[in-house]
Amino acid sequence: MSLASAWAVALYGIDGVLVEIEAHIGPGLPGLQMVGLPDTALSEARDRVRAAVLNSGERWPPRRITLALSPATLPKAGSSYDLALACSLLAAEGRLPPERLRGRVLLGELALDGRLRPVRGVLPAVLAARTVGISEVVVPLPSLAEAALVDGVRVYGAGCLAEVLAWLREPAVGLARPGPLRAAPPPVVPDLADVLEQGEARWAVEVAAAGGHHLLLVGPPGTGKTMLAQRMAGLLPALSDEEALEVTAVHSVAGLLTPETPLITMPPFVAPHHTSSVAALVGGGAGLAKPGAVSRAHRGVLFLDEVAEFGTQALEALRTPLEDGEVRLARRDGVVRYPARCQLVLAANPCPCAPPDERDCTCAPAARRRYLRRLSGPLLDRVDLRVRMRPVRRLDAGCDAAAECTATVRERVVQARAAARARWAGSGWRTNAEVPGAVLRRCFRLPRSVTEPIDVALHRGLLTARGADRTLRLAWTVADLAGRDRPTLEDVSAAMGLRERGAA
Amino acid sequence: MEYLTGNGVVVLSRNWRCREGEVDLVATDGERLIVCEVKTRSGTGYGEPAEGVTPAKAARIRRVAAEWLRAHRVGWCEIRFDVLAVLCPPGGPVTIEHLRGAF
Repeated sequence: MSLASAWAVALYGIDGVLVEIEAHIGPGLPGLQMVGLPDTALSEARDRVRAAVLNSGERWPPRRITLALSPATLPKAGSSYDLALACSLLAAEGRLPPERLRGRVLLGELALDGRLRPVRGVLPAVLAARTVGISEVVVPLPSLAEAALVDGVRVYGAGCLAEVLAWLREPAVGLARPGPLRAAPPPVVPDLADVLEQGEARWAVEVAAAGGHHLLLVGPPGTGKTMLAQRMAGLLPALSDEEALEVTAVHSVAGLLTPETPLITMPPFVAPHHTSSVAALVGGGAGLAKPGAVSRAHRGVLFLDEVAEFGTQALEALRTPLEDGEVRLARRDGVVRYPARCQLVLAANPCPCAPPDERDCTCAPAARRRYLRRLSGPLLDRVDLRVRMRPVRRLDAGCDAAAECTATVRERVVQARAAARARWAGSGWRTNAEVPGAVLRRCFRLPRSVTEPIDVALHRGLLTARGADRTLRLAWTVADLAGRDRPTLEDVSAAMGLRERGAA
Repeated sequence: MEYLTGNGVVVLSRNWRCREGEVDLVATDGERLIVCEVKTRSGTGYGEPAEGVTPAKAARIRRVAAEWLRAHRVGWCEIRFDVLAVLCPPGGPVTIEHLRGAF
């Protein structure tokens, strides 16, 4: 036998494509040819595979070897093909039963001594394998827990090439099977009760969490903007199974998963520094784009602290992902699509000097204007809640009034979200923020008397059409939190207030 | 040498050299010219014997083959380049591997 095939998965964003790896051993001087658009890391596989095969006690065929990765037109990157390359080669040499490779996907990078190293994107790869009807997948041991998240595929973990070869030759040998899924310990989130005063801002955070709305907090330093934003993640309900897989797939591609926490069950909280570039925020990189902060925060919170210090370009780049809930990034090797349905929380000072009391501001009017102008109109238009924070006047305020703790608020948020989910159940939307404005206006039309504040503001040119839609969504969330099944005039007014107050 | 004649080929030259270099064996099987490089190693510690034939060496053998044709006034003919990989470990049996049409 001088021809054999093995299977691996090429990742294209978070979608996987099954790759057939053919090995042909023909006459000629010893050498290895690899075809099928490999990138540098994959081209270097020839040296890794050779060393790993020799160090696993196998013989390297002293012949002309051709390895073809098919589909040949799809650019392939990374080191996850090493294991499949080695196995196809040894099967072509007749040292493995080739029929044992059929219907199995082999993933993993080989170390020179034959150990299997973990690779990125195991979860989306196993998902792709399941879609095309593969029944068994072998992954490196550290990635076993991650691969085991996929139902309907038998996954095996291997520590080194020799183990895989022994298993392929003799099925009775057996490989490591995933243990029971360990629930990740609940993350320690700071409690909402730590924040002093700021009743209005707390209410805004609660509404934002309940409806999945974007939020802007403006206020002098030290009033708790950052504290509030960090407590937002603790208010959100746990992810559903489907959402958890989506989020975990993105994190898997970004290489952020650890063996201890293979599944992300809580909404992620991502807080990039204000020097972040466009590529860091929305994703990018040479060849095929990698996910950025906005995708890592999918189904979670993207917190931009000191938002007025961010580059204008970086902020403007967020506009389309926020609207579409996904980013499409075109790079040399093709267009990839990453989910990016995150909740944006912005925090900014009102001006560069930012004294505790705004009357003490020493900035020139032009400087003040320039400072918040970084937040362009189009971006602000997408932000549903704009809250001005007041300076804290009493340090003991929290002690006697017994500020509400995270657990209490979270309960209300979870109930409001459940109500919204039940209402939109038939259409696939999860939160009020995702519902298209047209649907709200047509199918869930409110009486004229209720929407009057919005109509007036639109008529006077104080509100854009999108702003009106966003205010409507906000009103629905306020109603959900209050336990009403439809917004009333008060809810719409409250929504208008939350949107307009402290407008930058 | 005996191995090749046993395979029904006629050896024309051994260790023929010119200013381009040297070829180990030039032979014919009646239809085509066979230019053969014999590579011997005592062990595989530094790789298989055939791996010692590098692209540079292959190119040199091609040039020498052309010289040989000119020197012997042979016109156009089919040439096959072979490698005879000989492994003779100390105290062990000698193994010969014949790569036909290696390059």
